[in-house]
Amino acid sequence: MRLAILDSGHGLGTKALFVLIRAASRQPVLDVIKLVKYRADFYGTPMQAVTQEAMRGPSGWSVADRELMAALVAKTNQCEWCTKAHSAVAEGAYRDRARVEAVLCDFETAPIEEPLRAMLRMLCKLTREHTVNADDMRAVLAAGVSREQIEDGLAVCFSFNIMGRLADAFGFSLPGPKAFEAGAKYLLARGYR
Amino acid sequence: MSDITKARKALITRILEGDGTASRAQRRAAFDNTELMEPINTLLDKVTTQAYGVTDQDIASAKASGLSEDQIFEIVVCAAIGQASRQYDSALAALEAATKKE
Repeated sequence: MRLAILDSGHGLGTKALFVLIRAASRQPVLDVIKLVKYRADFYGTPMQAVTQEAMRGPSGWSVADRELMAALVAKTNQCEWCTKAHSAVAEGAYRDRARVEAVLCDFETAPIEEPLRAMLRMLCKLTREHTVNADDMRAVLAAGVSREQIEDGLAVCFSFNIMGRLADAFGFSLPGPKAFEAGAKYLLARGYR
Repeated sequence: MSDITKARKALITRILEGDGTASRAQRRAAFDNTELMEPINTLLDKVTTQAYGVTDQDIASAKASGLSEDQIFEIVVCAAIGQASRQYDSALAALEAATKKE
């Protein structure tokens, strides 16, 4: 991490929590947890409320679909940390690693449902070009995606266009796959609270 | 459907209008990606458009300009949320245009 405060500037209670997390997971504390727990009233707590609603709130998309969208938004932003973290969550949620790998390799040819493909296409364009137009939205609607589902997907995109930027700007260190697997299990069991 | 309206508003209000170590003007400028001052502009442009390109040197330059780590933390958070918000608002406007009754 490029800011020492994010690594070690937490209060004593939070540091004690990190000791517990390390003991329970037998893995290092992920940098994203260090970020959201640092001066949590400024960023972590209000951001977690957004992310919890986007990723675990009621939706026409499954939890797995939304984690897949998160991973693809991260990949489009070239954020390796978030791509690996949320691929692991999507793989756990679908119980299908091949599906997630195929989408991240090329969602246009991956064996997925057409509404999901249309949604992913629009989210990638929005992330890459920072804007989309009415024709882009009409194409998603024409593929059978409801207006509500589009709004739900945009909420996922909003959350991960923030988190990926912060992961890269603050220089999150990449842990091994076991740490991401432990993180994925936690996010599937407990959500983003 | 999920509804992030209230939570998103609370997040943006907190980072821009709540207490912080960076001034409200600095946080607003970072959120809007308007000119602050070098070398912070380089860092904020990267956070906005190619965060994967942020380097140790970008953060070191921000520190050398006199900003504290807490101020950099806040300013970078504001820049990231600002850009994601512009994208989100653009997409909602496009959706509105696509579903508007003729």
